[in-house]
Amino acid sequence: MKYVLSFNLNGLPVDTLVKATDTLLDVLREKLNVVSPKRGCDNGDCGACTVLVNGEPVRACLTIGLTVAGKNVQTVEGLQQDGKLHPLQRAFHEHYAAQCGFCTPGMLIAAKALLDKNPKPTREQIVEGISGNLCRCGTYVEVVEAIQAVAAGKYKE
Amino acid sequence: MAEYVGQPVLRYDGIGHVTARTRYVDDIQLPGMLYIKVLTSPVHKGIIRHLDTSAAERMPGVAGVITAKDVPGKNAYGLIPDQPVFTPEHIRYKGERIAAVAAVDEDTAMEALEKIKLDIEEQEPVFDPFKAMEPGAPLVRPEGNVWEFNSGKTRKIRFGDVEKGFAEADVIVEGTYTTATNDHAPMEPQVSVAYIDETDRLAIYTVSQDLYFHLGMLTAIFNLPMNKIRYIGGTVGGGFGSKNDIHCDHVAGLMALKIRKPVKYRLTRREETAYTTKRGPWTFYFKDGVKKDGRIIARYVKTVHDTGGYAGMGPYVVDKNSILVAGPYAIPNVWVDGICVFTNKPPASSMRGFGIINGTAADQLQTARVAEAIGKDPWEVHFINAWREGDLGATQFKVEAAGLIEAMKRAAELAGIELPAHLKAMSSRGR
Repeated sequence: MKYVLSFNLNGLPVDTLVKATDTLLDVLREKLNVVSPKRGCDNGDCGACTVLVNGEPVRACLTIGLTVAGKNVQTVEGLQQDGKLHPLQRAFHEHYAAQCGFCTPGMLIAAKALLDKNPKPTREQIVEGISGNLCRCGTYVEVVEAIQAVAAGKYKE
Repeated sequence: MAEYVGQPVLRYDGIGHVTARTRYVDDIQLPGMLYIKVLTSPVHKGIIRHLDTSAAERMPGVAGVITAKDVPGKNAYGLIPDQPVFTPEHIRYKGERIAAVAAVDEDTAMEALEKIKLDIEEQEPVFDPFKAMEPGAPLVRPEGNVWEFNSGKTRKIRFGDVEKGFAEADVIVEGTYTTATNDHAPMEPQVSVAYIDETDRLAIYTVSQDLYFHLGMLTAIFNLPMNKIRYIGGTVGGGFGSKNDIHCDHVAGLMALKIRKPVKYRLTRREETAYTTKRGPWTFYFKDGVKKDGRIIARYVKTVHDTGGYAGMGPYVVDKNSILVAGPYAIPNVWVDGICVFTNKPPASSMRGFGIINGTAADQLQTARVAEAIGKDPWEVHFINAWREGDLGATQFKVEAAGLIEAMKRAAELAGIELPAHLKAMSSRGR
């Protein structure tokens, strides 16, 4: 049994056929070929699949696909605006905040969710904001510095 | 050159990472791609008495089933090629591969696995390497449970005369240290995509850290010359040594060769943690002969490394550990016996340093114990014994460009430790 799932993905409407058991991660990666959310653990532990649903960061692997019907889903594919990198993307690049890069999309989304709500976070609030995202290469220091640089206004247009 | 020296250079792949344009292997989807799941052994040790895959082959949605019978070349791989892709008979660890199914999706492939009839005669396993070395222990391997180096059942390092050193020592300090199994846990799980390309070559997208090591092993498994395999790598979502061993490419490649369709084989985090190669556990026994002035004049080390059911890089890991386990010290008398033991566990292999850091952890604990025994600060013992330019290591290599004293001084500075003047005055250039 399959259902039609309609939602807004990075500002554009999409429709796709899904099973009731398909997670949002399955829908994005396997059905829509939107691969920035990574399947690191498929178990809610690593945060590599973090996406925004109506502005809230969620683990796509723990979110049943059908629950996003009619909602706005944002991924790293939608971060660039008018062909320009998002300030967080520039800051991550220039601060070497990605090593193997596998956790990076989830980190960027977690960072965006934080700054959207709290544009001037303290270091502790940044650490808290990315505490659900694991990086096995250990780039946490650079990730925090990159987010601090954006919060300090160093990457304005 | 001048504009680069001393200047940070942005990563060539950095933009790919922050835009998520970097394509990892699991991001690749090919038209008509099928998904593989593997039937693994539910027991730690046993013999396969009967294997019948016919019901799985007939199931709707299944495109193919492969077992040991479908390996056209050598059913063995590894740095020491002793591990079968699919075991034909003997099971040496829980999680060993027996058969693989390719189906329209992973759910269907898993349903098909349940239709495979498997009859295993379970045998008594052994998990403790010390028990595995006892006479009459269950045999993990027909040739015995202790790896045969070219120097026999131990990797031997012999330098000077340890017994003479112990006789001349003021104090004898002994210690036993253990380190546990570690999983690499890269963020990107093990995965492979294989298909037959437009020139009839077998193409494989790999997460390998060692493309040419693995390409060589794959030619033997597939019985294909190198120019018939297109091995596409370069993007690794973390490896830490886990991707020094093949986990998926052989299975995906064999399936693509048999069914001539694109396939993806990926491990779940649970499968990867439970069944793939590990940093194997170690036991270290140290016996040091020490002078009251802080000099270690004799060091005996016996190590036992548990390499699981197959060699993996275990013997190589024991080699590297044996060379370096006595520590970066000018000890005139050194005796090391390194032992590599098979048990009914997933194979141990490479992980970040090939056993060196396990040895260093044990050496550091032992050297601190030496300091305690003679009432000295551990820094003092490290500085007194540290290699100087021109010293001989235990394998008789001459130390060149020595910098340990300077590195320790800098470490103390960074840690906010004020070293006494006589240590600060020391140098790697002389004693």
